[in-house]
Amino acid sequence: MSAPSPVELDEPVTDDLAQLATPWVTIVWNDPVNLMSYVTFVFTSYFGYSRKKAEKLMLEVHHDGRSVVSTGSREEMERDVQAMHEYGLWATMQKADTP
Amino acid sequence: MTGFTRHRRSGAAVTTFTAFEADLLRSLAGQLIELLRNESATIETDADADSLEDLLDFSGPTLEPEDPVLARLFPTAYPEDEEAAAEFRRYTESDLRNGKAAGAALVIDTLEEAGLPPEPTDGLFIDVELDPATAVAWMRSFTDMRLAIATRLGIEEGDEEFWYSLPDDDPRAQVHDIYDWVGYLQETLVQAVAG
Repeated sequence: MSAPSPVELDEPVTDDLAQLATPWVTIVWNDPVNLMSYVTFVFTSYFGYSRKKAEKLMLEVHHDGRSVVSTGSREEMERDVQAMHEYGLWATMQKADTP
Repeated sequence: MTGFTRHRRSGAAVTTFTAFEADLLRSLAGQLIELLRNESATIETDADADSLEDLLDFSGPTLEPEDPVLARLFPTAYPEDEEAAAEFRRYTESDLRNGKAAGAALVIDTLEEAGLPPEPTDGLFIDVELDPATAVAWMRSFTDMRLAIATRLGIEEGDEEFWYSLPDDDPRAQVHDIYDWVGYLQETLVQAVAG
């Protein structure tokens, strides 16, 4: 773990840079095995999402075949993908679609 | 066949297995551990992979496992970037394998601590009580068992009719019954924990 280097930058600039540097998403894909209740449970307990949000994402996975479940830096998404694999969910990551 | 319920005072997830059921679960968990430990991880090797550097390379695997069950348990994280996918696998697959094997071992330990003997006899019942952390480990392991069975059977979305149409003495029908049963345990365990 490294400490941030003491470079002086105005807060908004770092935020903008962070935004530009972090366009990654974790995608969970539908599979014929995982139960809807379990997928919802994983989204609430791992991501800390509300029951409502977790159910919405679960239904997206179920009906659309996939859902973006988290967004962040590449490192954060690697952690999320690994966690999803620990739970047995089929997850991948990629750069977010540029708007 | 009983599922899990939530114990009102302790909040634990509780159920009672017959000796047959507990023994079956122990056997599924044992098979999972064997698969995770014995099927060696796919390490990329060159034809001349005998240099000192290659021989000292103890890092994780970089290629998708050949066994379809393991390929499903350890999916490729970057479908469109082979190099990044290999790196990700190198750093995560060993931990994932160990975690899943430890989860299955916990299922076995819980059952044996609850009184499941090496050679169970008929008429024996096993009461299990899972605290929240153990319950999550069981859920994950149920998932791994179901993914393994589904991959071996070739289960697909919405194909229930096919499995129920098989004659009772078809081994695939029997395995599918076990798959359904573990799914029932999973469903009731999630309800018991999440409410």
